[in-house]
Amino acid sequence: MDTPLAELAAEAAVPAPRAATWRRLLRNWSVRIGGALLVLLTLVSVLAPWLGTVDPTLIDPVNRDLLPGARAEVATLTGESFEHRFWMGSDSYGRDIYSRVLYGGRVSLVVGIAVALLSLFFGLIVGLTAGFLRRLDAVVMRVMDGLMAIPGILLAIALVALWRPSVPTVILAITVPEIPRVVRLTRALVLSIREEPYVEAAVSVGTTTLRLLYRHVLPNTVAPLIVQGTYICAFAILVEAILSFLGVGLSTDVPTWGNIMAEGRLQFTQYPHNVLFAGVFLALTVLAVNVLGDGLRDTLDPRFSKRGDRP
Amino acid sequence: MTAAALRIEGLTVRLPPGADRTHAVTGVSLEVQEGELMCLVGESGSGKSIVAHTVMGLLPGNVRATAGRVLLGDEDLLRATRERLRRLRGEQMAMIFQEPMTALNPVMRCGAQIDELLAQHTALRHDERHARVLRMLEHVQLPDPAAIHAAYPHQLSGGQRQRIMIAMALILQPRLLIADEPTTALDVTTQAEILRLMRELQRETGTAVLFITHDFGVVAEIADRVSVLKLGELVEVGDAQAVLSRPRHPYTRMLLASVPALVPRKAPLPAGTGVQLRTRGLTKVFDAGGWFGRRRRVTAADAVEIDLLRGETLGIVGESGSGKSTVARLLAHLIEPTGGEIELDGERVVRLRGDAARRFRRKVQIVFQDPYRSLNPRRTVGAAVAEGPLNFGAGRKGAWLRAGELMELVKLSPAALQRYPHEFSGGQRQRICIARALAVDPEILIADEAVSALDVSVQAEILKLLDEIQRRLRLTLLFITHDLRVAAQICNRVVVMRSGRVVEQGPVAEVFERPRDAYTRALIDAAPGRGFAFGEGVA
Repeated sequence: MDTPLAELAAEAAVPAPRAATWRRLLRNWSVRIGGALLVLLTLVSVLAPWLGTVDPTLIDPVNRDLLPGARAEVATLTGESFEHRFWMGSDSYGRDIYSRVLYGGRVSLVVGIAVALLSLFFGLIVGLTAGFLRRLDAVVMRVMDGLMAIPGILLAIALVALWRPSVPTVILAITVPEIPRVVRLTRALVLSIREEPYVEAAVSVGTTTLRLLYRHVLPNTVAPLIVQGTYICAFAILVEAILSFLGVGLSTDVPTWGNIMAEGRLQFTQYPHNVLFAGVFLALTVLAVNVLGDGLRDTLDPRFSKRGDRP
Repeated sequence: MTAAALRIEGLTVRLPPGADRTHAVTGVSLEVQEGELMCLVGESGSGKSIVAHTVMGLLPGNVRATAGRVLLGDEDLLRATRERLRRLRGEQMAMIFQEPMTALNPVMRCGAQIDELLAQHTALRHDERHARVLRMLEHVQLPDPAAIHAAYPHQLSGGQRQRIMIAMALILQPRLLIADEPTTALDVTTQAEILRLMRELQRETGTAVLFITHDFGVVAEIADRVSVLKLGELVEVGDAQAVLSRPRHPYTRMLLASVPALVPRKAPLPAGTGVQLRTRGLTKVFDAGGWFGRRRRVTAADAVEIDLLRGETLGIVGESGSGKSTVARLLAHLIEPTGGEIELDGERVVRLRGDAARRFRRKVQIVFQDPYRSLNPRRTVGAAVAEGPLNFGAGRKGAWLRAGELMELVKLSPAALQRYPHEFSGGQRQRICIARALAVDPEILIADEAVSALDVSVQAEILKLLDEIQRRLRLTLLFITHDLRVAAQICNRVVVMRSGRVVEQGPVAEVFERPRDAYTRALIDAAPGRGFAFGEGVA
């Protein structure tokens, strides 16, 4: 009688292998599609130099406003010239839009993902603190309210203006106005989770506060935060575009989907392709991130996994 | 022979794919005669609410009735158009819901909500409607109808709100009234009043009533006839007296046997056991309100003095707001008292910090009411049960071995440790919660309404399990409940609480048979089905 029980319990003591979680993730269609699309977009921007692109900043006045698919002779600054097919046409400076969109993906993806991760990270820390240490709550939340009172874009513009526009400063400038939103969400989640009986039950079996936060509170905030993260990621890519458009973001030497569209907007009625291709890539990225986020939320929550047989 | 107000014939309702069974109800046939009160009884998941919602045409879009007929008079409701159903609801049939807190619109005055029905369905003038609403409010025995007419729902008590719901349901004098667990969310004394009111109104108006409940006590109080539903199938229909006293189907028999008897079962403890836990002047005041404006103070526990004897089962009974759960949480050290003392084995244990608090926690464990929320959905059962021992320095292997033993103690398979809480039923989860509490070898186990959320048959099992565990581990049990039947079954002594104060305490037989306090007497009188001897089969 003792042996099988001991065996069963010992067997149970082995933590569920990470492989199982991965398998479950990869079985989910949302994760598959969203993940694949995101990987594809990332690969395309990382491998841009090898995908038939030219220097995205190369200005060639002769080849202005070419339509998608046009072939033309391109002359570099060093005097060389070669024939190039403008798959997505060229802009009003004669720059190859295909090259600009591919290279632009690098900045846009980095900005989107970095802003999402950073604002989730800081927002989570501050939100957990505010939600759990009630003494700090009023002070922290009033500071956050203050931050939220300033329009996000305005705050970002002010922050970029403080420093020289560069990728890290743009990321930071977009992150700061996002943090209060994450803090509010986290705090609200923590406030409701801490009242759950399972948290009280954990307290009554002697669980320390840190462990309580890490094991019982944190995991239950994950699902809504992942969803929030995907929105932030998509939003950050757009804000970066807005900053570029307003001329306070990255200069057009660094192509981003944002400044490609910003520049193309002026000629949108005659040459819609200037805006369109960058827009399609942006839309695809946002879609991929959102689909992936949905899938993650579902698979990371054990309640959504297939119902097993009852013992 | 009276006519049938409602006739359901061979009703089958299909559930969407992915549900735990394919059909919510299969081949259910029943009749409610005019002027009759038919009780539809079943445990959770029996499909009783589905039947009610089918009749009202309120099924969610992905749940469909696939066979059968639902006749209201001569009209088949399953074939009625949405427009027709909308007309029928209110005029011909009405429904009262379980939760009077949420069934009323919080931003509309009560009178206006009733008036809306008249405005929609009748051509009465405004002053006529007003007079009729006032008459109805008087009819459902609400004090000061004019004031209630102008009141918002939050200004009324639960019982008053349920009266408003009844007024709303009956104002158009429908042929059929469906009441879906209308008294389940109410306190027993309020429940008794509402049941009496419904019975009176029904006799007076001759409305046919389909009364849905899980509580055989309620059935005994008000039913003319009873239908028993088990997992979507009708197993027994008959005259209420006959079904209650001579159930034919084994399932009905089992259900009736699971209802705890109101007759105290346990003898008081033999003299000589010492006091283990003692409270003196234990007080808890909750302050509500913000920085500005007026604060509300609620004295949830007011100078509570309780002695808990070693090895006994002490019940704390009372209605909602009596402070019984506050006392439980104070004793489990989950909240700090505002004043007073708690002594465990003669040692003061209030305002403990750090290690001392943890040592105390180890000795006193608590099981909560809601089995669905007491387990972290993201952690395995094993992680939950092993958490206590791990916190108190057990090794990983040892803790899991202990968890395995406890699973056997609460009659679950140790293999359950690897699963997640959502894979278990309510009763199984409550067993897991008990195992978790026992994992740190407590001396006192507090059960805070631990069986209140469970079906009656499951409740009987858990009570039996608690009794067994108590004897095996020589635990002291503090059992908090609003249900006098449960208290009668497992307690040696009871404490009756009201508005934060202890009004009476003593051996259970004494308190139940010769209550000294008027409130205790009222509480016992209000227990539904009091005149009926249930629970002959409870262990």
